[in-house]
Amino acid sequence: MSIIPILAVIVQFAPLVGFAVALFWGKRMGEPRASFVPVAMMGVSALASIPLLAGVLSGHGGLFTVEWINSGAISINIGYMLDNYSAVMTATVAIVAFLIHLYSIGYMHGDPRFGRFFAYLNLFAFSMLGLVTASNFMQLFIFWELVGLCSYLLIGFWYEKKSASDAGIKAFITTRTGDVGFMLGIFLLFALTGSMDYDKIFHAVEGGAIGPTLITAAALLLFCGAIGKSAQIPLQVWLPDAMEGPTPVSALIHAATMVCAGVYMIARVFPIFEAAPTALFVVAIVGGTTALLAATIALVQIDIKRVLAYSTVSQLGYMILALGVGNPVAAFFHLVTHAFFKSLLFLGSGSMIHGTGTQDIREMGGLAPKMKTTTWTFVVGALALAGVPPLAGFFSKDEILGSVSDYGHWWLIVCGFLTALLTAFYMFRAIYISYAGKPRTAGAEHAHESPPVMTIPLIVLAVFSVTAGWIFFVPGGFGAFSGLSVFLHHEHGINVGAMGASVILALSGIFIATIIYLWKWVDNEQLYKIFRPVAFVLERKYFFDDVYHGLLVPGFVLFSRFWGAFDLWVIDGIVNLSAFMTVLVSRFEGWFDLAIVDGVVNLLGWITRTFGAGFRKLQTGYVQEYIIILGVGAVAVILAALAIL
Amino acid sequence: MDFPILTVTTFAPIVGMIIILLMPRKLENLIRGTGVFFCGVSLVLSLAMLFIYKADMAGIMQMEEQYRWIPTIAVSYHVGVDGLSFPLYILTTVLSFLAAIASFSVKERVKEYYALYLLLVTGMLGVFIALDLFLFYVFWEVMLVPMYFLIGIWGGERREYAAIKFFLYTLLGSVVMLLGILALFFTSTPHTFDMMALMAQNGNFVHGFQIIVFMAFFIGFAIKVPVFPFHTWLPDAHVEAPTAISVLLAGILLKMGAYGLLRVSYPILPEGAVWFAVPLAVLGIINIVYGALVAMAQKDLKKLIAYSSVSHMGFVLLGAAAMTATGFNGAMMQMLAHGIITGGLFLMVGVLYDRTHDRMIEHYGGLANKVPIFVGVFSVTMFASLGLPGMAGFVGEFLSFAGTFPVYKWAVIAAAPGVVITAGYFLWTIQRMFLGEFNTQWEGLTDMSARELVTMVPLIVLMITFGVWPRLLIDLMNPAMAKLAEFMATFR
Repeated sequence: MSIIPILAVIVQFAPLVGFAVALFWGKRMGEPRASFVPVAMMGVSALASIPLLAGVLSGHGGLFTVEWINSGAISINIGYMLDNYSAVMTATVAIVAFLIHLYSIGYMHGDPRFGRFFAYLNLFAFSMLGLVTASNFMQLFIFWELVGLCSYLLIGFWYEKKSASDAGIKAFITTRTGDVGFMLGIFLLFALTGSMDYDKIFHAVEGGAIGPTLITAAALLLFCGAIGKSAQIPLQVWLPDAMEGPTPVSALIHAATMVCAGVYMIARVFPIFEAAPTALFVVAIVGGTTALLAATIALVQIDIKRVLAYSTVSQLGYMILALGVGNPVAAFFHLVTHAFFKSLLFLGSGSMIHGTGTQDIREMGGLAPKMKTTTWTFVVGALALAGVPPLAGFFSKDEILGSVSDYGHWWLIVCGFLTALLTAFYMFRAIYISYAGKPRTAGAEHAHESPPVMTIPLIVLAVFSVTAGWIFFVPGGFGAFSGLSVFLHHEHGINVGAMGASVILALSGIFIATIIYLWKWVDNEQLYKIFRPVAFVLERKYFFDDVYHGLLVPGFVLFSRFWGAFDLWVIDGIVNLSAFMTVLVSRFEGWFDLAIVDGVVNLLGWITRTFGAGFRKLQTGYVQEYIIILGVGAVAVILAALAIL
Repeated sequence: MDFPILTVTTFAPIVGMIIILLMPRKLENLIRGTGVFFCGVSLVLSLAMLFIYKADMAGIMQMEEQYRWIPTIAVSYHVGVDGLSFPLYILTTVLSFLAAIASFSVKERVKEYYALYLLLVTGMLGVFIALDLFLFYVFWEVMLVPMYFLIGIWGGERREYAAIKFFLYTLLGSVVMLLGILALFFTSTPHTFDMMALMAQNGNFVHGFQIIVFMAFFIGFAIKVPVFPFHTWLPDAHVEAPTAISVLLAGILLKMGAYGLLRVSYPILPEGAVWFAVPLAVLGIINIVYGALVAMAQKDLKKLIAYSSVSHMGFVLLGAAAMTATGFNGAMMQMLAHGIITGGLFLMVGVLYDRTHDRMIEHYGGLANKVPIFVGVFSVTMFASLGLPGMAGFVGEFLSFAGTFPVYKWAVIAAAPGVVITAGYFLWTIQRMFLGEFNTQWEGLTDMSARELVTMVPLIVLMITFGVWPRLLIDLMNPAMAKLAEFMATFR
């Protein structure tokens, strides 16, 4: 047996051990001991993921499965599909997760549920690693739901706050709404091919065994799952609210890994999508529109985490857009670089929050001299996100914009390039407001740099954010991914026009932000007044939440109340009514029995008795009287007979 | 002759009942111990059967016993288990053992309670092994009487209403079923009550006859499942029944309807079953979606769980209506998972109710910090119930859907939103009861006791085990399900 599946098991299951230890003994161990095992286990996982990646890249990957369910003629397997895609993703998840575990030791300092936090983080890492290495839809779906559970638990980690538990529920329900479609898509493919295994389904698709309508339907249904999980329009609403969770959670789950599951899934099963161009077009439109809309909302956010949350939605839109225009490699590339720089930015924001005690950027200001490491790493992250060369985001974003240009749809081009401009702008807006100028509150005045356990992960992630894109230059490094998709024949090249345009847009965005927020050539207040109606729409987040919270949710609660009342008064009412009627009928019968049935009997008895008493008088015993009666009777009979005749 | 293990296992609780009846009523703890002991005897014996039972031969009857009983009307004592009944049989012994421990919280008339309880257990076990319709009917009715008293004497405030409603409703169903049984008896040649013999001569039953008799059985079974609109006895019975009885009601009694459908109606009246497949699927959808919607509207925790049962049993109906091997496996898996999970939910409500005598969801809040173990265990069980992967409930729901989809796509599409609603009402319940600000009214609340944990931990372990490795169960029943699907396929 090869070492590869053993490594995969270690990578995935080490965090599960940490979970069990922290769950059962976390409270007793207390701080900081409760974090030792979970962090160490995550370290083991991250370490093991490196030889795993090396092994797979050198061609030792493959499919490793066991039978999980055998039902009738159908068998469902469970196991690992280890190829370049999943190995890169595994290493990314494991390394980022480890750094965030480390960071959390500092960030969660003093929390009463310190151990519990690490238990959940470990459970998440286990589930996410299972998701990315899944060999079939069944397993994918299982871990897909489990990461959703972890997300729910961690968003609502500070559950004493109503807003936190609300956000947890919102995340779970919203993503599950998308999952209904996802599940139906899986069933459809299962019904069409008789299998849940990726390779068997690809084979069937490749062989043209499935008609175009059905394959389009299947692809669109699968896409529903991605819309929910990767927070695309119209289900994007849960992700910004998910910022209620502790910041390391936002970094790990709601930026770097879980929210990318939708993107990863589509890239993973891209042969299905490639066979359905209509579905891909829908994917592109949804992704592009989400990228633009979310970027515009980010312009007006004043909570640093919400700026980053909308940025994440927007960047996920980019990835989805890349998939839609038929370039899963670019989407995946952006996924990986984004995982580094966005988790860096989130951890940086966590450091800011830790240092100042607020999330509102208006209450910060002048942090740069006080929090040096946080500042420069944050700027590196922002530059990477903006797509400034030679940082990671530049290469991946350029890949996407190049493909969008080649695809040639006007709306997608508008979305793609405008978003690039906006991204650079809103990031530097946030940076100038929070780091530059003078401290605006006491919290900002007394801001302090975070401990090394928090800043070291920042530095490491900053290094990745700079260098992750350079795989582009490694001969065969980037191209290695493109050989994975059965249908993929992506000619890899540099689109000079798109590259130039994206760099110019990014720099312009930064420049405009500098003019307004650093040099203050334009009065900010004045600007806000001019754009007030636009700002209003953006601040209301295009009214999605208003419709959902104001209309959909209460409407649904009312709807369920209606059926509850219906059940109580109508369905059960009929039961009780029929019982009541039965009782009534039986009472009536009782009365009837007593008064009528028995009454008739009694009446007959009475009649008999009365007549009997009357007749008794006739029975005198005297013969003469009998003869008289006989005579009278005979005369009466004769008279009667005559009368009749 | 082999050791009659099925008979011994099934009637062991009756022996316990007799012993308890002979005991002085003051020895309450001894009575409790005896009750648990005899349920334990059944449990151990049923687990021992796992070694005798041949899983690869699950399609045919095993451990059969047959004795002449009332020869004049061809009634025999004929019992046996196969892949359909064996898992349910073990579920019964497991749950009745755990519920017997949970019954320690009963403080009044302990002697009568345990005597009736043990009679109930034998009745339930008997239903799953009976292979003679007469015997089946006897066990079916034997179960009713102790149930009536257990709800009516040890129940809550409206116990008499609930007990009578349960009894009359179920009796109505079983009387109609009895007509069906008699119709089969008089139509068969030679006259017989034997299920195997009737199955062999299903070709003699004409189409119209099959439909009528199928409907007669269906009404009996539908009330038990319960199928919409015959479900309203369930919330009342659950709310009023003592904890352990709720557990058995949800865990075992509800399974009997679906079991009867697959054991009696399908093999003996296949044409009737095929005729009724689409309506059955529609009823399944209604159960799933309607049950979930009504559950969401409930304020009483026990009622909420009762309606969640209605919803979950819809998956069983759906899987049964599909008549595919995967659908049948899904239906079975769902029954077993529901038995474990909902049994657990009712145990947890009991834990809370014993302390607070309050079932209203709104009266709680923030319990998570006060009683963390209770909240943890209850939440895990709720997540299992809402179909979280990695737990048994998911496998049942997933297989039911996967088995139904190729046959009735529309049914799965129509029922799928139920999954979201279910998540909604459970998460909402968790939020309202466990999260947020602590309601200081419950300052004195204590966490789960060791005894309560002893009853819950095995269920949690089973939920996870069967969720992670469903083959443990599916391999026990798959040959029987495949055989049934193959048989039904010839009539479609």
